Amino acid sequence: MSAEIAAAPPDRARRRPRSRWVAPYTFLLPAGILFIAFLAIPMVYALYLSFRGLRVTGDGPFGVQEETWVGLSNYVATFTDPEFLAGFGRLAIYGAIAVPVTLGLALTFALLLDLPRVRGARFARTAIFIPYAVPGVIASLLWGFLYLPSTSPANWLLGQLGLPELTVLDGGILFGSVANIAIWSGVGFNMIIIYTSLRGIPGDVYEAARIDGASEWDIAYRIKIPLVGPALVLTGLFALIGTLQVYGEPTTLRPMTNAISQTWVPLMKIYRDAFVRDDLSLAAASSVVLALGTLVLSVLLLRITQKRTFGES
Amino acid sequence: MATSTVSPLTRPLPTAAARLGPPARPRRIWPSLVLLIGALYCLVPVAWVVIASTKSNSELFTTFTFAPGSGLLDNLRDLFSYGGGQFAQWALNSLIFAGFGSVACTLISTMAGFALAKYTFPGRQIVFYAILGGVLLPGITLAIPQYLLMSEIGLAGSYWSVLLPSLISPFGIYLARVYAGAAVPSETMEAARIDGAGDARVFSAIALPMLVPGMVTIFLLQFVSIWNNFLLPFIMLSDERMYPLTVGLYTLLSKGSGTPSLYSLAIIGAAVAIIPLVVMMLVLQRYWRLDLISGGLKG
Repeated sequence: MSAEIAAAPPDRARRRPRSRWVAPYTFLLPAGILFIAFLAIPMVYALYLSFRGLRVTGDGPFGVQEETWVGLSNYVATFTDPEFLAGFGRLAIYGAIAVPVTLGLALTFALLLDLPRVRGARFARTAIFIPYAVPGVIASLLWGFLYLPSTSPANWLLGQLGLPELTVLDGGILFGSVANIAIWSGVGFNMIIIYTSLRGIPGDVYEAARIDGASEWDIAYRIKIPLVGPALVLTGLFALIGTLQVYGEPTTLRPMTNAISQTWVPLMKIYRDAFVRDDLSLAAASSVVLALGTLVLSVLLLRITQKRTFGES
Repeated sequence: MATSTVSPLTRPLPTAAARLGPPARPRRIWPSLVLLIGALYCLVPVAWVVIASTKSNSELFTTFTFAPGSGLLDNLRDLFSYGGGQFAQWALNSLIFAGFGSVACTLISTMAGFALAKYTFPGRQIVFYAILGGVLLPGITLAIPQYLLMSEIGLAGSYWSVLLPSLISPFGIYLARVYAGAAVPSETMEAARIDGAGDARVFSAIALPMLVPGMVTIFLLQFVSIWNNFLLPFIMLSDERMYPLTVGLYTLLSKGSGTPSLYSLAIIGAAVAIIPLVVMMLVLQRYWRLDLISGGLKG
């Protein structure tokens, strides 16, 4: 009896650390299973597929198509496909408009909201945030109708003035028109992230500057923008990832214009290869290229900017 | 850092009063003006779709864009009778995908984030890097292999094929970890343990209530991202009755390029589809802790 009591404490002491050791894995289990099933395995599977392909085997007229290892030939095909490269070119133009304008507007609006005593700030903040709730496909549909010559308010106005109609879904303007949809959808969310980051700065930081006679411009440029650096990096990163994944907007606009091809951006070409042409291996190789490209760009962005934002502080 | 993660999004901070500056400064007009232009830019398309949804098909292409029409009730009736009530089905599907998916995802992310923030265990660093990699990896590029694997196990085309992949959000786990690290004091957990609470109880009774604000943010972010998702359901589903609103409206629009009568259906459909989400956002705006995201990078 006494031996049992004496034995109890060490037993408990041994059990506790073990449960402590097991607990985190238990908490991580559902996420881990889902992560492996829907992110890790598909990634490995895409890699596997990207090295496979259909090849004719056997001699003469009776050769059969068979799936085998084809080495890097899908990657060679990806990198030598003019359509895929052109898609990246179009993506670059689109991104070069969408990303800086979204971030520039978001930062401007956030700084204006953060100024003392601005009339209508509350209303503007809510109004600018609203497009975040509008799905990309529906946003494209709304803007598509505003672009469409027969329903566009700009063209109605031009018509009343006797001026020629404006086509925004063709030529070089098309990039601006598609980018505009992303800008419209993204400004509010990014603005709120930067704005909350601005609100996190204690007010007395500015007091000294104000007493020294610094203008709001100086305060914004020298104090606020450097301090919200991390928020800017983060929004920039999301904008970049979002750009590389653009798919829904141009696809929705396609029924409205002939200028958007089936392979306008890389993801559209990947979709066509996989589901229209049934060339899964090529689609897998292109997906891997796109994913790796995104990864490399994001890591690069984080490295460069972290050195700057954190190196100074 | 702890203070910056805890300040709410919408309520003005007490420091706001201190920031007003010397009272002699006059109110400026131009900041309001610029913000007003921004607000107009963001509201015009929404206003347009609401107005256009009141127009009949002939009015849509003939009357001034911002002049209200007379066909609202007809449009609504057409919308809800289209394809035997398909629109209501799409709305319900979106609600199921986004509602169930985001609730489950929030719980899963919170548990994982809590474990990563509050326990030291072998492999923690590896798990954390895997999640960071997941944040940076464009999930949508995995849609095609996901589809192929789903067809292997015979799930492609089912509700599960859209629901299951949206339960995992590396970014949600990341946010949960940041929030748990700041909001749950280790001393409180230790005190509960000394009182004899097991790990499950420490999590559910002590940590979970402290994590609610962070969970609301993860829930809303995930809800919007599932509700807005297009490519995943577009790839996975082939039965029109299982479509969410985004894919359903897209098919309406692409059919509409042949038959313009479907344009007004797509427009009223878009108007009806965005109203619940806009309302939800306006109501829940005060509970968003988006500072979690901006504070996140420092953590």
